[in-house]
Amino acid sequence: MSVAPAEVEREETGLDAVPDTPWVTIVWNDPINLMSYVTYVFQKVFGYAKPKAEKLMLDVHHRGRAVVSNGTREAMEKDAEILHGYGLWATVSHDR
Amino acid sequence: MSGAPAGGAPDEEETTGAFRRSRGRVSARFTAAQAVILRNLVSQVAELMGTAADPGAADPAAPGSPAGQGPAGPGEPALSIEELAAAIGAAGPTSPPEDPVLARLLPDAYRDDPEAAGEFRRYTEQGLRSGKVAAAQTVLATLPAEGGRVRLEPEDAQAWLRALNDVRLAIGTVLGITEDYEDEMEAASWADPRSAYLEVYHWLGYVQDSLVRALW
Repeated sequence: MSVAPAEVEREETGLDAVPDTPWVTIVWNDPINLMSYVTYVFQKVFGYAKPKAEKLMLDVHHRGRAVVSNGTREAMEKDAEILHGYGLWATVSHDR
Repeated sequence: MSGAPAGGAPDEEETTGAFRRSRGRVSARFTAAQAVILRNLVSQVAELMGTAADPGAADPAAPGSPAGQGPAGPGEPALSIEELAAAIGAAGPTSPPEDPVLARLLPDAYRDDPEAAGEFRRYTEQGLRSGKVAAAQTVLATLPAEGGRVRLEPEDAQAWLRALNDVRLAIGTVLGITEDYEDEMEAASWADPRSAYLEVYHWLGYVQDSLVRALW
């Protein structure tokens, strides 16, 4: 699975200047969320163009999950928090 | 994930509950019955989310919450997510992390690290809950109980999307929805306590999908 580059601007974390990347945000498939809605959320949250958001949505749908962003742990937790606000099932993990 | 639920006729006639875009705003018309159901369900999610994360505070099996006294108020048809859960044996006194609906609305952010998940929850859960309550309140503030036309500013439309999704997550979780639920819906008999909820669940998906498409 390809890692989607984060296109949104990240805040500098200051104290945690030592990069502890790569962390990733993963979105998991679920039978409830609509495909159109998930695509829309990826566009809205990450600023992805529709074709890219759609491809990501299809990755989630067909493979059960997809990496939707990567960066510092703090940034990934922020992404997961935002995605939870939209009702997507998102988790943070260390990409090893 | 689920595809777009089939809904109203694709002709020029406006279908109730279907959002359209005109002059930079999205709008839809709701019948009184649709408005009552939607307000009722959204209120239930707000109530669930507004409850403090105290295991003793929200006991779905507690006496004193009979049907008809829910957020819909007396005299209005009430669809109760809790009653549905009870009818299909999914309810009981549960603490929030064990309740499947709460677990779905407030998911863990770490799969295999309970400690990290707990820390994340400690810092984010209250904000997540209040965001969901606020979205529900936006729907209640913009959807008249007697139905009619709803016109949404961009920010309100976002709140509607999230609130519709939360209601679908709540009902869908209780129903144990699968990606093939439409087949189940057709097969379910009227005697099945789930059948009315399947219909409502399906309709909510239709409304939400129309809103996404109107916003694109």
